[in-house]
Amino acid sequence: MTAMPFTSFMPFLHVATALVLAPLLPSIITRVKAIFAGRRGAPLLQPYYDIAKLLRKSAVYGDTTTWLFRMGPTVGLAAVLTALLLVPFGGSPAVLAFRGDIIVFAYVLALARAATIVAALDTGSSFEGMGASRESAFSAIMEPALILGLVAVMRKAGGGSLSTFLHPHRVETAAATTTLVIGALFVVYLAENARIPVDDPATHLELTMVHEVMVLDHSGPDLAFIHYAAALKLWVLGALIVGLAVPQPAASPWAAYALALAGIAGVAAVTGIVESTMARLRMAAVPSLLFAGSALAGVALILGLR
Amino acid sequence: MAAMALAGSLLILAAVLAVVRPVARLRLAGSLDPAAMMAIAACAVGSAGAAYALATGADEAWRVAWAIPGGALALHVDPLAAVFLLPVLVLGGLAIPYGHEYWAGTASEDRHEAWAWFYLFLLSMALVILAANAVLFLIAWESMSVAAFFLVNHEDHDPTVRQAAWTFLIAAHLGTAFLLAMFTILGGGAPGTGAETLDFAQLRGATAGGPAAAAVVLLALAGFGTKAGLVPGHVWLPAAHPAAPSHVSAVLSGAMLKTGIYGLLRVLTLLPVLPSWTGWLLISSGLLSGLFGIVFAIAQRDLKRLLADSSIENLGVIVLGVGIGVVGVQHDAPMVAALGFSGALLHVLNHALFKGLLFLGAGSVLHATGERNLDVLGGLLKRMPWTGGLFLIGAAAIAALPPLNGFASEFLLYSAALEGVGGGDRRMAVAMLAAILGLALIGGLVAATYLRAALAFTGEPRSEAAAHAHESGPAMRTVMLILAAACVVIGLVPMLMIRALEPAVAQLARADVAVATVGAAGVLTRVTAVAAILVCFTVLLSVLRARLLAGRSVRRGPVWSTAYLAPAPSMQYSGASFVQPLTGLLSRVLGQQREGGVPPAYFPSAQRFAIETPGLFREYVFVPAFRGVRWIALNLRWMQHGRIQLYLVNIAATLLLLLVWKLGFHG
Repeated sequence: MTAMPFTSFMPFLHVATALVLAPLLPSIITRVKAIFAGRRGAPLLQPYYDIAKLLRKSAVYGDTTTWLFRMGPTVGLAAVLTALLLVPFGGSPAVLAFRGDIIVFAYVLALARAATIVAALDTGSSFEGMGASRESAFSAIMEPALILGLVAVMRKAGGGSLSTFLHPHRVETAAATTTLVIGALFVVYLAENARIPVDDPATHLELTMVHEVMVLDHSGPDLAFIHYAAALKLWVLGALIVGLAVPQPAASPWAAYALALAGIAGVAAVTGIVESTMARLRMAAVPSLLFAGSALAGVALILGLR
Repeated sequence: MAAMALAGSLLILAAVLAVVRPVARLRLAGSLDPAAMMAIAACAVGSAGAAYALATGADEAWRVAWAIPGGALALHVDPLAAVFLLPVLVLGGLAIPYGHEYWAGTASEDRHEAWAWFYLFLLSMALVILAANAVLFLIAWESMSVAAFFLVNHEDHDPTVRQAAWTFLIAAHLGTAFLLAMFTILGGGAPGTGAETLDFAQLRGATAGGPAAAAVVLLALAGFGTKAGLVPGHVWLPAAHPAAPSHVSAVLSGAMLKTGIYGLLRVLTLLPVLPSWTGWLLISSGLLSGLFGIVFAIAQRDLKRLLADSSIENLGVIVLGVGIGVVGVQHDAPMVAALGFSGALLHVLNHALFKGLLFLGAGSVLHATGERNLDVLGGLLKRMPWTGGLFLIGAAAIAALPPLNGFASEFLLYSAALEGVGGGDRRMAVAMLAAILGLALIGGLVAATYLRAALAFTGEPRSEAAAHAHESGPAMRTVMLILAAACVVIGLVPMLMIRALEPAVAQLARADVAVATVGAAGVLTRVTAVAAILVCFTVLLSVLRARLLAGRSVRRGPVWSTAYLAPAPSMQYSGASFVQPLTGLLSRVLGQQREGGVPPAYFPSAQRFAIETPGLFREYVFVPAFRGVRWIALNLRWMQHGRIQLYLVNIAATLLLLLVWKLGFHG
C-alpha cells in the first residue's frame, strides 16, 4: 500500500462503487444464464428499473403481520450495509478494520438472516414457514464454513483484521490453504445468496424455494430493500473471494482496483455458469454440500497448523 | 462488607416476616407485602455494595472464630465475589415484584412459606459467594440446595414436579459429596502441614501440585459442574427449571447455576499450580455441554424446557471461556487469558440478564395462556405486545445478534480464541481452533432454537388459550423492561463492562491484565462503532421507508398462500416442523421417539402423531446406574435388621478396626 494521497479515500470509494454497481451483479448472472440458454436476456440495468419501480409503489401487508414483518427488510438492508463497511477491496482496507472484525462480519450477516426469517414467520403462512425453516437450518450449517475459512486464512497470515489478511500477498506462501478457503467461501457465497445448487431463485414452485418463498408477502419499498440487500450481499461475499483470488499489484492502486472490479464481476459470471450447468440439489442433499464447504475450510485450517 | 451485612439481616428478617400471617397479608404497594419490600431493599443495598466493591477493586474480609471443627465465620468481598453477587442480588431482587404479581391472581396460604424459602434461597446463594471458609461454604451450599428444593417442589400436587424436585435434590447431594472430598484433599495437604481451619486464605497454596491438585480439579469440575448443569451432571436441570414457578426458574438459571461457576473459579484460584491439562479439560467440558445443551434445546416444544436446555449450553460457553483463559495462563499468553476470562465473566452477567428475561417472559406467557407448549401457542405478539417485544429482545441477545449484550461476550470469547490461533504456539492453536469451531456450531444452532421460540409470538394463535391471551400486569412488564434495557445498554457499551471486570479478571489470570484489558476495550470500542452504525442505518432506512410510504394507500390483505385464501391456524408451520431439517440431521444424537405418522389410506381419517425427545443421559446412563445402586442396596438389606444392640456392636467393631489400622499400619 503506497502512501499516495488518494488511498485514504479508497475505502469510501469502494463503498460508493458497491452501492452503485451492486445491482449489476444479479444482472450479470441472469445474462450469463440467458447466453447459455440461447436467449438475449433482460437489459443489464433491469434490477435498477425494478428497484426504482418498487420504491415508487405503495405496500400491502398481510392481515396477520405485525411490526416484526415491516421491520425485517429494513434491518436486513441495514445489516448488509454495515457488513459492506467491514470488507476490504482491491488492495485498499475496509472503512472499519480491527482485530476480530471477521466475527462482527459473520454475526452482522446472521442478523440480516434472522430479520428475514422472523419476518417470514410473522406471516403465519406455511410456505413462508417452510422457507424460514430451511434457511435457518442451512445457515446453521453454513456458519462454521464462513468462520473457519476466514480463520484459516488469518492463521496463515499471522492474525489481524480482514483488511490485513484478505490479500493474496499475505498468503501467497500458502497456495493450498488459499485455494481450499476460496472453495469454502464460494459454497458460502452460493448458499448465502440463494443460488443454484442450494436454492433456485427462478423456480416457479413455492415448495422448492428457500429464500424467495420467505419474501413472498413483501411489497413496495420493502421489496426494493430486499432486492437491493440481496445485490449488496452478492457484492460483499464476492469481495471476500476476490480478496483472496485476485492479485493486488501494490504499485498501482488503480490497476488493483480495476482488477478487483473485474474479479467481482467474474465471480458473478462463474455463478451464472454454475447455474446454467447444474440443477438445484434435492433439499435433503443441500446439507451435504454445506458440510463439504465446512470440511474444505477445516482441511485448510489443518494445513495452516503445520 | 457493611452493605452485605445489612442486606443479609434484611433478608433474614424478610424470611421471618413472610411467614407471620398478619404481616404477610398486608399489602403496601400493589401486591407487595412488608417482607417483600424488605427483601427488595436488601437486594438493592447488596447489589449496590457489590457494584461498589467491583468499582473500587476492594478486597475486604471479616472473620469470627467458630466452635465447629475447621469452621470459622469468615466472609470476604473481593472482585471475583462481587461479580457473582451481582446476578444473585439483581435478578433475585427483580424476581420478587414479578413473582408477587405472578402469584397475585391465585392467592393461597402456602405462598407465604414459598416466599420465606425464596428469601432464604437468595441469602444462602449470597452466603455461598461471601463465604471464605470451606465449612461455612458447604453449609451455605447445602442450605441453598434445600431452599431451591422447596421452591422447585412448590406445585407438589403435580407428580412430574415432585419427580423433578426429587431428582434435583439427589443431584445436589451427589454434587456436594464430590465437594466434601475435594475440600478434604485441599485441607489435608501434605501430612503434618494440614490447615488448622479450612479458611480459604489458609487453603490457598496448601496443595502444591501432583496428584492432589489433579484430584482437586477433577472433583471440583464434577461437584461444581453438577450445580452448574454441565454435561453429564445436567440431568436434574431440564426437569427442575420447568417445574419451578417462573420467577424461581429465572433465578435458578440466572443466578444459582452461576454459583457452580463461582465455586470452580474460586477453587482454581486456591491452587498455586494447575495441572497442565486443566485448560483442555475445561474447554472439552464446555464444548460438550454447549453442543449437547443446544442440540437438545432445539428439539424441545416446552418453552421452559427449551430455555433450561439452553442454559446448559450457556453454562458450557462460560466454562469454555474459563478454559480458554486457563490455557492462556498456562501458555503464558496474557492477552488470551485476559480476553477468555473477561468473556466468561461478562457472559455470566449477560446470561443472568437475558435468561432471566426469557424465563420471566415465558412466565408471562404461561400466566396468560396456561400453556408452555410452543406448538399450540402463536400470535402472542399482537395480544401481548410488551411481553412479546421484550422476549424477542432477549432471544436476539442470547442468539448473540449485534448490537445486544450477548454479542459482546461472544465476541470476547472469539477474540480470545482468535488471539490464540494467530499466535505461534501450535498446541494452544489447536485448543483455540476447537473453541472456535464449537462456538460457530453452537452459534448457528442457538439462532435456530430461538427462532423456534419466537413462533409463540408470530403468526396466528394455534389454540383457544393462545387466542385469549392477555398482557401481564405493570410490575411484571416493568421487571422485564429493566432486564431488556440492561441487555441493550451492555450491548452498546461493552467496553465499560470489561474495564469494570478487570480486577476480577486479574485475580483469575494471576497477573496484571491492565494492558490486555485496555487493548480489549479498544477493540470493543470499534465493535460499538459498528453497532452504532448499524443502529443509524436502521433508523435512516426506517425514516426513508416511512417517507416513501407516507401519502400512499398502504393496505392490508390476506397473506399469500399460493392463492389459497382460507388459511387455518393449524396449517402454520409448527415449531417441530420448523426445526425438522436440523433435528433430522441430529436424529442419531437426539434419539427422538415418534408415534403415528403417515396416514394409512387415501382418505383422511383421525390421525395421531407424537414426537418425544427423551433425555439421553437420563435414559441410558443415570437410570441404569441408579438401578444398579438399588440392586446393591436391596442385597445389603440383611444388615438393616433394626436391632439397636447389634448396630452398637457394629459401630464398636468398626472403631476397633480403625484404631488397629491407625496404630498398626499408619502410625
